[in-house]
Amino acid sequence: MIPATLSYRRASSVDEALGMLAEHGEDAKLLAGGHSLLPLMKLRLAAPEVVVDIGRIEELRYVRTEGDVVAIGAMTRHHDLHTDGVAGREVPLVAHVAGEVGDPQVRHRGTIGGSLAHGDPAADLPAAVLACDATLVARGPDGAREIPAAEFFAGLFTTALGPDEILTEIRVPRAADRGWGFEKFTRRRFDWSIVGVAVLGGSPTQPAVGLVNMGEAPIRATAVERALAAGATPAEAAEHAAEGTSPPDEPHASAGYRRHLATVLTARALERAAGGSPAGL
Amino acid sequence: MEERRVNVTVNGEPKVADVEPRMLLAHFLREVLGLTGTHIGCDTTNCGACTVNFDGKPIKSCTMFAVQADGHEVETVEGISRASELHAVQEGFKEEHGLQCGFCTSGMMMTAKALLEENPNPTEEDVRWALSGNLCRCTGYQNIVKSVLWAAEKMRSEAAVRR
Ligand SMILES: Cc1cc2nc3c(=O)[nH]c(=O)nc-3n(C[C@H](O)[C@H](O)[C@H](O)COP(=O)(O)OP(=O)(O)OC[C@H]3O[C@@H](n4cnc5c(N)ncnc54)[C@H](O)[C@@H]3O)c2cc1C
Ligand code: FES
Ligand code: FES
Repeated sequence: MIPATLSYRRASSVDEALGMLAEHGEDAKLLAGGHSLLPLMKLRLAAPEVVVDIGRIEELRYVRTEGDVVAIGAMTRHHDLHTDGVAGREVPLVAHVAGEVGDPQVRHRGTIGGSLAHGDPAADLPAAVLACDATLVARGPDGAREIPAAEFFAGLFTTALGPDEILTEIRVPRAADRGWGFEKFTRRRFDWSIVGVAVLGGSPTQPAVGLVNMGEAPIRATAVERALAAGATPAEAAEHAAEGTSPPDEPHASAGYRRHLATVLTARALERAAGGSPAGL
Repeated sequence: MEERRVNVTVNGEPKVADVEPRMLLAHFLREVLGLTGTHIGCDTTNCGACTVNFDGKPIKSCTMFAVQADGHEVETVEGISRASELHAVQEGFKEEHGLQCGFCTSGMMMTAKALLEENPNPTEEDVRWALSGNLCRCTGYQNIVKSVLWAAEKMRSEAAVRR
Protein backbone atom coordinates (compact mmCIF):
# COMPACT_ATOMS: atom_id res chain seq x y z
CA MET A 1 0.00 0.00 0.00
CA ILE A 2 1.49 3.26 -1.12
CA PRO A 3 0.44 6.71 0.08
CA ALA A 4 -0.68 9.34 -2.43
CA THR A 5 1.93 11.69 -3.85
CA LEU A 6 3.01 14.26 -1.35
CA SER A 7 5.38 17.09 -0.86
CA TYR A 8 7.74 16.68 2.08
CA ARG A 9 8.93 19.52 4.29
CA ARG A 10 11.24 19.06 7.24
CA ALA A 11 11.11 21.49 10.15
CA SER A 12 14.02 21.84 12.53
CA SER A 13 12.26 24.11 15.01
CA VAL A 14 8.74 24.85 16.19
CA ASP A 15 8.90 28.30 14.57
CA GLU A 16 9.87 26.78 11.25
CA ALA A 17 7.05 24.23 11.48
CA LEU A 18 4.54 26.99 12.32
CA GLY A 19 5.74 28.90 9.25
CA MET A 20 5.17 25.84 7.05
CA LEU A 21 1.68 25.31 8.49
CA ALA A 22 0.85 28.97 7.87
CA GLU A 23 2.13 28.70 4.30
CA HIS A 24 0.24 25.54 3.36
CA GLY A 25 -2.89 25.85 5.50
CA GLU A 26 -5.36 22.97 5.38
CA ASP A 27 -3.28 21.10 2.76
CA ALA A 28 -0.56 20.37 5.31
CA LYS A 29 -0.34 17.71 8.03
CA LEU A 30 2.24 17.41 10.77
CA LEU A 31 4.18 14.15 10.87
CA ALA A 32 5.42 13.22 14.35
CA GLY A 33 6.02 9.48 14.91
CA GLY A 34 3.80 8.68 11.95
CA HIS A 35 2.19 5.70 13.67
CA SER A 36 -1.32 6.99 13.31
CA LEU A 37 -0.83 9.13 10.21
CA LEU A 38 1.11 6.69 7.99
CA PRO A 39 -1.34 3.80 8.33
CA LEU A 40 -4.12 6.23 7.33
CA MET A 41 -2.09 7.56 4.40
CA LYS A 42 -1.32 4.04 3.20
CA LEU A 43 -5.05 3.30 3.14
CA ARG A 44 -5.50 6.74 1.52
CA LEU A 45 -7.93 7.67 4.26
CA ALA A 46 -5.58 10.62 4.63
CA ALA A 47 -3.89 12.24 1.65
CA PRO A 48 -2.23 15.48 2.76
CA GLU A 49 -0.58 17.39 -0.07
CA VAL A 50 2.18 18.55 2.22
CA VAL A 51 3.69 16.62 5.09
CA VAL A 52 5.58 18.71 7.64
CA ASP A 53 8.00 16.42 9.46
CA ILE A 54 8.48 17.57 13.06
CA GLY A 55 10.29 14.36 14.01
CA ARG A 56 13.66 16.07 14.28
CA ILE A 57 12.65 18.96 16.50
CA GLU A 58 14.88 18.14 19.46
CA GLU A 59 13.53 21.10 21.47
CA LEU A 60 10.27 19.10 21.81
CA ARG A 61 11.89 15.98 23.26
CA TYR A 62 12.30 16.23 27.04
CA VAL A 63 10.88 15.27 30.41
CA ARG A 64 11.66 17.66 33.29
CA THR A 65 10.21 18.86 36.56
CA GLU A 66 9.15 22.49 36.74
CA GLY A 67 7.84 23.34 40.23
CA ASP A 68 4.86 21.12 40.90
CA VAL A 69 4.46 19.80 37.36
CA VAL A 70 6.38 17.46 35.09
CA ALA A 71 6.73 19.03 31.65
CA ILE A 72 6.82 16.53 28.79
CA GLY A 73 7.84 17.65 25.30
CA ALA A 74 5.28 16.65 22.67
CA MET A 75 7.84 14.73 20.59
CA THR A 76 8.79 12.44 23.49
CA ARG A 77 8.41 8.90 22.20
CA HIS A 78 6.36 6.34 24.17
CA HIS A 79 9.43 4.20 24.91
CA ASP A 80 11.45 7.17 26.19
CA LEU A 81 8.58 8.35 28.40
CA HIS A 82 8.04 4.85 29.77
CA THR A 83 11.71 4.43 30.70
CA ASP A 84 12.31 7.99 31.94
CA GLY A 85 13.34 8.12 35.61
CA VAL A 86 11.69 11.46 36.39
CA ALA A 87 8.42 10.44 34.75
CA GLY A 88 8.44 7.06 36.50
CA ARG A 89 8.88 8.71 39.89
CA GLU A 90 6.77 11.84 39.57
CA VAL A 91 3.99 10.91 37.13
CA PRO A 92 3.99 7.11 37.32
CA LEU A 93 0.52 6.68 35.80
CA VAL A 94 1.54 8.46 32.59
CA ALA A 95 4.91 6.67 32.42
CA HIS A 96 3.23 3.31 32.91
CA VAL A 97 0.54 3.91 30.29
CA ALA A 98 3.18 4.96 27.75
CA GLY A 99 4.66 1.47 28.17
CA GLU A 100 1.28 -0.17 27.47
CA VAL A 101 0.79 1.46 24.07
CA GLY A 102 0.96 -1.03 21.20
CA ASP A 103 4.14 -3.06 20.86
CA PRO A 104 7.84 -2.20 21.24
CA GLN A 105 8.29 -1.09 17.63
CA VAL A 106 5.29 1.23 17.90
CA ARG A 107 6.63 2.67 21.16
CA HIS A 108 10.00 3.39 19.55
CA ARG A 109 8.32 5.71 17.02
CA GLY A 110 5.01 7.02 18.41
CA THR A 111 4.97 10.22 20.44
CA ILE A 112 2.77 11.50 23.26
CA GLY A 113 1.99 14.64 21.27
CA GLY A 114 0.82 12.63 18.26
CA SER A 115 -1.20 10.33 20.49
CA LEU A 116 -3.08 13.25 22.05
CA ALA A 117 -3.39 15.40 18.91
CA HIS A 118 -4.84 12.51 16.93
CA GLY A 119 -7.90 12.46 19.23
CA ASP A 120 -8.50 8.73 18.89
CA PRO A 121 -10.96 7.57 21.61
CA ALA A 122 -9.26 4.14 21.55
CA ALA A 123 -5.86 5.58 22.50
CA ASP A 124 -4.54 4.99 26.00
CA LEU A 125 -2.56 8.11 26.86
CA PRO A 126 -5.51 10.53 26.60
CA ALA A 127 -7.26 8.73 29.48
CA ALA A 128 -4.13 9.02 31.63
CA VAL A 129 -3.66 12.67 30.81
CA LEU A 130 -7.35 13.32 31.62
CA ALA A 131 -7.13 11.50 34.96
CA CYS A 132 -4.04 13.55 35.86
CA ASP A 133 -5.75 16.86 35.01
CA ALA A 134 -2.81 17.73 32.79
CA THR A 135 -2.52 20.96 30.86
CA LEU A 136 -1.66 20.90 27.16
CA VAL A 137 0.40 23.69 25.66
CA ALA A 138 -0.14 24.63 22.01
CA ARG A 139 1.74 27.14 19.92
CA GLY A 140 0.19 28.93 16.97
CA PRO A 141 0.70 32.06 14.93
CA ASP A 142 -0.46 34.18 17.91
CA GLY A 143 1.82 32.55 20.45
CA ALA A 144 1.31 29.88 23.08
CA ARG A 145 -1.89 28.94 24.90
CA GLU A 146 -2.70 26.43 27.61
CA ILE A 147 -5.59 24.01 27.25
CA PRO A 148 -6.82 21.93 30.21
CA ALA A 149 -6.99 18.24 29.23
CA ALA A 150 -10.70 18.27 30.11
CA GLU A 151 -11.28 20.78 27.28
CA PHE A 152 -8.87 19.31 24.75
CA PHE A 153 -10.73 16.25 23.40
CA ALA A 154 -13.68 17.50 21.38
CA GLY A 155 -14.95 14.37 19.62
CA LEU A 156 -14.00 11.58 17.25
CA PHE A 157 -10.50 12.47 15.97
CA THR A 158 -11.19 16.07 16.90
CA THR A 159 -9.35 18.21 19.43
CA ALA A 160 -9.19 21.81 20.49
CA LEU A 161 -6.11 22.32 18.29
CA GLY A 162 -6.46 24.57 15.27
CA PRO A 163 -4.92 23.51 11.91
CA ASP A 164 -2.25 26.18 12.35
CA GLU A 165 -1.29 25.05 15.87
CA ILE A 166 1.30 22.63 17.23
CA LEU A 167 0.99 20.81 20.52
CA THR A 168 4.33 21.46 22.19
CA GLU A 169 4.12 20.34 25.79
CA ILE A 170 2.08 18.30 28.23
CA ARG A 171 2.21 19.57 31.82
CA VAL A 172 1.30 16.85 34.31
CA PRO A 173 0.90 17.70 38.04
CA ARG A 174 3.46 15.76 40.09
CA ALA A 175 1.77 12.86 41.83
CA ALA A 176 4.57 10.79 43.35
CA ASP A 177 2.56 10.19 46.55
CA ARG A 178 -0.75 9.33 44.89
CA GLY A 179 -1.74 5.78 44.05
CA TRP A 180 -2.73 4.93 40.53
CA GLY A 181 -4.18 2.09 38.50
CA PHE A 182 -4.40 1.29 34.81
CA GLU A 183 -6.44 -1.56 33.42
CA LYS A 184 -6.40 -2.30 29.73
CA PHE A 185 -8.54 -5.10 28.34
CA THR A 186 -7.24 -6.62 25.11
CA ARG A 187 -7.48 -9.92 23.30
CA ARG A 188 -3.73 -10.04 22.78
CA ARG A 189 -1.30 -8.33 25.14
CA PHE A 190 -0.16 -5.64 22.68
CA ASP A 191 -3.53 -4.78 21.10
CA TRP A 192 -5.49 -1.57 21.28
CA SER A 193 -7.77 -1.34 24.32
CA ILE A 194 -11.23 -2.81 23.90
CA VAL A 195 -11.81 -0.76 27.02
CA GLY A 196 -9.25 0.85 29.29
CA VAL A 197 -9.43 2.66 32.62
CA ALA A 198 -6.85 5.00 34.11
CA VAL A 199 -7.19 6.05 37.76
CA LEU A 200 -5.20 8.59 39.70
CA GLY A 201 -5.85 7.87 43.36
CA GLY A 202 -7.09 10.23 46.05
CA SER A 203 -5.38 12.83 48.30
CA PRO A 204 -5.61 15.73 48.32
CA THR A 205 -8.66 15.40 46.06
CA GLN A 206 -10.92 12.48 45.15
CA PRO A 207 -9.68 9.84 42.69
CA ALA A 208 -9.93 10.81 39.04
CA VAL A 209 -10.98 8.23 36.44
CA GLY A 210 -10.31 8.36 32.68
CA LEU A 211 -11.88 5.93 30.20
CA VAL A 212 -10.45 4.51 26.97
CA ASN A 213 -12.80 3.63 24.10
CA MET A 214 -16.07 4.41 25.89
CA GLY A 215 -17.31 7.18 23.61
CA GLU A 216 -16.59 9.48 20.70
CA ALA A 217 -13.75 11.08 22.62
CA PRO A 218 -11.53 10.15 25.56
CA ILE A 219 -13.65 10.93 28.65
CA ARG A 220 -13.70 11.05 32.44
CA ALA A 221 -16.00 8.70 34.35
CA THR A 222 -17.71 11.56 36.11
CA ALA A 223 -20.49 9.42 37.61
CA VAL A 224 -17.86 7.26 39.35
CA GLU A 225 -16.05 10.32 40.65
CA ARG A 226 -19.30 11.80 41.97
CA ALA A 227 -20.22 8.55 43.72
CA LEU A 228 -16.81 8.40 45.40
CA ALA A 229 -17.11 12.01 46.52
CA ALA A 230 -20.49 11.14 48.05
CA GLY A 231 -18.90 8.36 50.09
CA ALA A 232 -19.47 5.25 47.94
CA THR A 233 -16.96 2.41 48.24
CA PRO A 234 -14.78 1.80 45.16
CA ALA A 235 -16.86 -1.27 44.27
CA GLU A 236 -20.11 0.68 44.54
CA ALA A 237 -18.75 3.64 42.62
CA ALA A 238 -17.42 1.43 39.81
CA GLU A 239 -20.99 0.32 39.05
CA HIS A 240 -21.51 3.81 37.59
CA ALA A 241 -18.59 3.58 35.15
CA ALA A 242 -20.70 3.31 32.01
CA GLU A 243 -23.18 6.05 32.96
CA GLY A 244 -23.41 8.73 30.31
CA THR A 245 -21.05 6.91 27.94
CA SER A 246 -21.68 5.85 24.32
CA PRO A 247 -19.15 3.10 23.62
CA PRO A 248 -18.66 1.82 20.06
CA ASP A 249 -20.71 -1.21 19.04
CA GLU A 250 -18.50 -3.54 17.01
CA PRO A 251 -18.63 -7.21 15.96
CA HIS A 252 -15.79 -8.17 18.30
CA ALA A 253 -17.05 -6.08 21.22
CA SER A 254 -20.63 -4.88 21.56
CA ALA A 255 -21.50 -1.66 23.34
CA GLY A 256 -23.13 -3.69 26.13
CA TYR A 257 -19.99 -5.77 26.60
CA ARG A 258 -17.91 -2.61 26.79
CA ARG A 259 -20.23 -1.13 29.43
CA HIS A 260 -19.79 -4.28 31.48
CA LEU A 261 -16.02 -4.18 31.03
CA ALA A 262 -15.91 -0.54 32.10
CA THR A 263 -17.46 -1.36 35.48
CA VAL A 264 -15.18 -4.36 36.11
CA LEU A 265 -12.00 -2.57 35.03
CA THR A 266 -12.89 0.57 36.98
CA ALA A 267 -13.31 -1.48 40.15
CA ARG A 268 -9.89 -3.09 39.58
CA ALA A 269 -8.16 0.16 38.75
CA LEU A 270 -9.65 1.86 41.83
CA GLU A 271 -8.49 -1.04 44.01
CA ARG A 272 -4.97 -0.85 42.62
CA ALA A 273 -4.88 2.90 43.11
CA ALA A 274 -5.97 2.45 46.74
CA GLY A 275 -3.33 -0.18 47.38
CA GLY A 276 -0.57 2.02 46.00
CA SER A 277 -1.56 5.12 47.90
CA PRO A 278 -0.46 5.48 51.53
CA ALA A 279 -3.26 8.00 52.12
CA GLY A 280 -5.86 5.57 50.78
CA LEU A 281 -8.81 6.46 48.64
CA MET B 1 7.41 14.73 -9.37
CA GLU B 2 9.18 15.76 -6.18
CA GLU B 3 12.27 13.77 -5.26
CA ARG B 4 14.39 14.08 -2.16
CA ARG B 5 17.96 13.01 -1.61
CA VAL B 6 18.42 10.60 1.28
CA ASN B 7 21.69 9.63 2.90
CA VAL B 8 21.28 6.55 5.04
CA THR B 9 23.91 4.35 6.62
CA VAL B 10 22.71 0.82 5.94
CA ASN B 11 24.59 -2.01 7.59
CA GLY B 12 27.52 0.33 8.16
CA GLU B 13 27.73 1.53 4.56
CA PRO B 14 26.65 5.00 3.46
CA LYS B 15 23.91 4.89 0.80
CA VAL B 16 22.62 7.82 -1.23
CA ALA B 17 19.53 7.89 -3.42
CA ASP B 18 16.91 10.27 -4.74
CA VAL B 19 13.45 9.03 -3.86
CA GLU B 20 9.85 10.16 -3.90
CA PRO B 21 8.94 11.39 -0.40
CA ARG B 22 6.08 8.91 -0.23
CA MET B 23 8.43 5.93 -0.61
CA LEU B 24 8.35 3.71 2.47
CA LEU B 25 11.59 2.65 4.11
CA ALA B 26 10.70 -1.02 3.50
CA HIS B 27 10.44 -0.37 -0.25
CA PHE B 28 13.62 1.68 -0.21
CA LEU B 29 15.53 -1.20 1.35
CA ARG B 30 14.03 -3.87 -0.88
CA GLU B 31 13.66 -2.12 -4.21
CA VAL B 32 16.27 0.62 -4.26
CA LEU B 33 19.00 -1.17 -2.33
CA GLY B 34 18.00 -4.73 -3.25
CA LEU B 35 18.03 -5.85 0.38
CA THR B 36 15.13 -8.27 0.18
CA GLY B 37 15.84 -9.92 3.53
CA THR B 38 13.43 -7.38 5.05
CA HIS B 39 9.97 -8.77 4.37
CA ILE B 40 6.63 -7.05 3.98
CA GLY B 41 3.93 -9.16 5.59
CA CYS B 42 0.82 -7.27 6.58
CA ASP B 43 1.73 -3.80 5.33
CA THR B 44 -0.47 -2.50 8.18
CA THR B 45 2.05 -2.15 11.05
CA ASN B 46 0.83 -5.31 12.74
CA CYS B 47 3.13 -8.22 11.92
CA GLY B 48 6.70 -6.97 12.41
CA ALA B 49 8.08 -8.92 9.41
CA CYS B 50 9.48 -5.62 8.14
CA THR B 51 11.34 -4.88 11.38
CA VAL B 52 14.77 -3.29 11.01
CA ASN B 53 16.92 -1.63 13.63
CA PHE B 54 16.84 2.12 13.34
CA ASP B 55 19.61 3.78 15.33
CA GLY B 56 19.75 0.47 17.21
CA LYS B 57 16.04 0.20 18.00
CA PRO B 58 13.56 -2.11 16.27
CA ILE B 59 10.99 -0.28 14.15
CA LYS B 60 8.55 -1.36 11.44
CA SER B 61 9.97 -0.19 8.13
CA CYS B 62 6.55 -0.34 6.43
CA THR B 63 5.48 2.54 8.67
CA MET B 64 8.21 5.02 8.02
CA PHE B 65 9.11 7.08 4.96
CA ALA B 66 12.61 6.64 3.56
CA VAL B 67 13.06 10.42 3.87
CA GLN B 68 12.57 10.09 7.64
CA ALA B 69 15.64 7.84 7.73
CA ASP B 70 17.84 10.49 6.12
CA GLY B 71 20.98 10.90 8.24
CA HIS B 72 20.22 7.84 10.36
CA GLU B 73 21.53 4.30 10.69
CA VAL B 74 19.57 1.27 9.59
CA GLU B 75 20.54 -2.32 10.19
CA THR B 76 18.87 -5.14 8.27
CA VAL B 77 19.21 -8.90 8.50
CA GLU B 78 21.83 -8.78 5.74
CA GLY B 79 24.10 -6.83 8.08
CA ILE B 80 24.20 -9.00 11.15
CA SER B 81 26.50 -11.85 10.11
CA ARG B 82 30.25 -11.32 9.83
CA ALA B 83 31.65 -12.69 6.55
CA SER B 84 30.70 -16.37 6.63
CA GLU B 85 30.07 -16.39 10.36
CA LEU B 86 26.46 -16.30 11.50
CA HIS B 87 25.37 -13.96 14.26
CA ALA B 88 24.56 -15.79 17.52
CA VAL B 89 20.87 -15.01 16.98
CA GLN B 90 20.95 -16.61 13.52
CA GLU B 91 22.75 -19.61 14.95
CA GLY B 92 20.16 -19.85 17.71
CA PHE B 93 17.30 -19.99 15.20
CA LYS B 94 19.17 -22.77 13.39
CA GLU B 95 20.00 -24.75 16.52
CA GLU B 96 16.59 -24.47 18.16
CA HIS B 97 14.47 -24.80 15.01
CA GLY B 98 13.18 -21.22 15.39
CA LEU B 99 11.60 -21.06 11.95
CA GLN B 100 9.39 -22.97 9.61
CA CYS B 101 8.44 -20.94 6.52
CA GLY B 102 10.92 -18.23 7.50
CA PHE B 103 8.75 -15.29 6.55
CA CYS B 104 8.77 -13.70 10.01
CA THR B 105 12.33 -14.69 10.79
CA SER B 106 14.34 -11.65 9.72
CA GLY B 107 12.05 -9.37 11.71
CA MET B 108 12.22 -11.70 14.70
CA MET B 109 16.00 -11.76 14.56
CA MET B 110 16.36 -8.00 14.34
CA THR B 111 14.11 -7.52 17.36
CA ALA B 112 15.98 -10.25 19.24
CA LYS B 113 19.37 -8.76 18.39
CA ALA B 114 18.33 -5.35 19.73
CA LEU B 115 16.98 -6.97 22.89
CA LEU B 116 20.21 -8.84 23.58
CA GLU B 117 22.29 -5.72 23.04
CA GLU B 118 20.25 -3.95 25.68
CA ASN B 119 19.70 -6.88 28.02
CA PRO B 120 22.26 -9.71 27.72
CA ASN B 121 20.49 -11.80 30.35
CA PRO B 122 16.77 -11.77 29.52
CA THR B 123 14.20 -14.00 31.17
CA GLU B 124 11.75 -15.92 29.04
CA GLU B 125 9.16 -13.27 29.92
CA ASP B 126 11.53 -10.50 28.74
CA VAL B 127 11.98 -12.29 25.41
CA ARG B 128 8.25 -12.77 24.91
CA TRP B 129 7.53 -9.14 25.75
CA ALA B 130 10.28 -7.89 23.42
CA LEU B 131 8.91 -10.02 20.57
CA SER B 132 5.30 -9.00 21.16
CA GLY B 133 5.29 -6.85 18.02
CA ASN B 134 6.42 -9.74 15.79
CA LEU B 135 3.87 -12.26 14.62
CA CYS B 136 4.61 -15.80 13.45
CA ARG B 137 1.97 -17.90 11.73
CA CYS B 138 3.93 -21.16 11.86
CA THR B 139 5.93 -21.93 14.94
CA GLY B 140 3.70 -21.20 17.90
CA TYR B 141 6.60 -19.10 19.23
CA GLN B 142 8.02 -21.74 21.59
CA ASN B 143 11.10 -22.40 19.49
CA ILE B 144 11.56 -18.75 18.64
CA VAL B 145 11.79 -17.95 22.34
CA LYS B 146 14.20 -20.87 22.84
CA SER B 147 16.31 -19.62 19.93
CA VAL B 148 16.67 -16.19 21.47
CA LEU B 149 17.54 -17.64 24.88
CA TRP B 150 20.10 -19.90 23.15
CA ALA B 151 21.65 -16.84 21.51
CA ALA B 152 21.71 -14.97 24.81
CA GLU B 153 23.56 -17.84 26.43
CA LYS B 154 26.06 -18.05 23.57
CA MET B 155 26.70 -14.30 23.60
CA ARG B 156 27.23 -14.34 27.37
CA SER B 157 29.72 -17.20 27.20
CA GLU B 158 31.60 -15.50 24.37
CA ALA B 159 31.74 -12.28 26.36
CA ALA B 160 33.05 -14.22 29.38
CA VAL B 161 35.84 -15.76 27.28
CA ARG B 162 36.85 -12.33 25.99
CA ARG B 163 37.07 -10.95 29.52
C1 LIG C 1 0.16 -1.37 15.26
C2 LIG C 1 -0.19 -0.17 16.11
C3 LIG C 1 -0.67 -0.37 17.39
C4 LIG C 1 -0.99 0.70 18.20
N1 LIG C 1 -1.49 0.45 19.43
C5 LIG C 1 -1.85 1.48 20.22
C6 LIG C 1 -2.37 1.25 21.53
O1 LIG C 1 -2.49 0.11 22.00
N2 LIG C 1 -2.71 2.33 22.28
C7 LIG C 1 -2.57 3.61 21.81
O2 LIG C 1 -2.88 4.53 22.53
N3 LIG C 1 -2.05 3.86 20.59
C8 LIG C 1 -1.70 2.83 19.79
N4 LIG C 1 -1.17 3.08 18.55
C9 LIG C 1 -1.04 4.49 18.09
C10 LIG C 1 0.31 5.04 18.48
O3 LIG C 1 0.35 5.28 19.85
C11 LIG C 1 0.65 6.33 17.73
O4 LIG C 1 2.01 6.54 17.92
C12 LIG C 1 -0.03 7.58 18.20
O5 LIG C 1 -1.41 7.44 18.21
C13 LIG C 1 0.27 8.75 17.28
O6 LIG C 1 1.50 9.32 17.56
P1 LIG C 1 2.52 9.65 16.41
O7 LIG C 1 3.62 10.40 17.04
O8 LIG C 1 2.86 8.42 15.70
O9 LIG C 1 1.66 10.66 15.53
P2 LIG C 1 1.49 10.84 13.95
O10 LIG C 1 0.96 9.61 13.34
O11 LIG C 1 2.72 11.42 13.38
O12 LIG C 1 0.37 11.97 13.95
C14 LIG C 1 -0.97 11.68 14.33
C15 LIG C 1 -1.83 12.93 14.10
O13 LIG C 1 -1.52 13.94 15.05
C16 LIG C 1 -1.02 15.11 14.41
N5 LIG C 1 0.10 15.56 15.24
C17 LIG C 1 1.19 14.82 15.60
N6 LIG C 1 1.97 15.52 16.44
C18 LIG C 1 1.38 16.72 16.62
C19 LIG C 1 1.70 17.87 17.39
N7 LIG C 1 2.80 17.92 18.16
N8 LIG C 1 0.86 18.94 17.34
C20 LIG C 1 -0.26 18.89 16.56
N9 LIG C 1 -0.63 17.83 15.83
C21 LIG C 1 0.18 16.75 15.85
C22 LIG C 1 -0.63 14.68 13.02
O14 LIG C 1 -0.74 15.73 12.10
C23 LIG C 1 -1.62 13.58 12.74
O15 LIG C 1 -2.83 14.10 12.33
C24 LIG C 1 -0.84 2.03 17.72
C25 LIG C 1 -0.34 2.24 16.44
C26 LIG C 1 -0.01 1.16 15.64
C27 LIG C 1 0.52 1.43 14.28
S1 FES D 1 4.81 -5.47 7.05
FE1 FES D 1 5.36 -3.93 8.45
S2 FES D 1 4.42 -4.60 10.24
FE2 FES D 1 3.73 -6.09 8.81
S1 FES E 1 8.15 -19.20 10.48
FE1 FES E 1 6.47 -18.91 9.17
S2 FES E 1 5.69 -17.02 9.89
FE2 FES E 1 7.17 -17.49 11.35
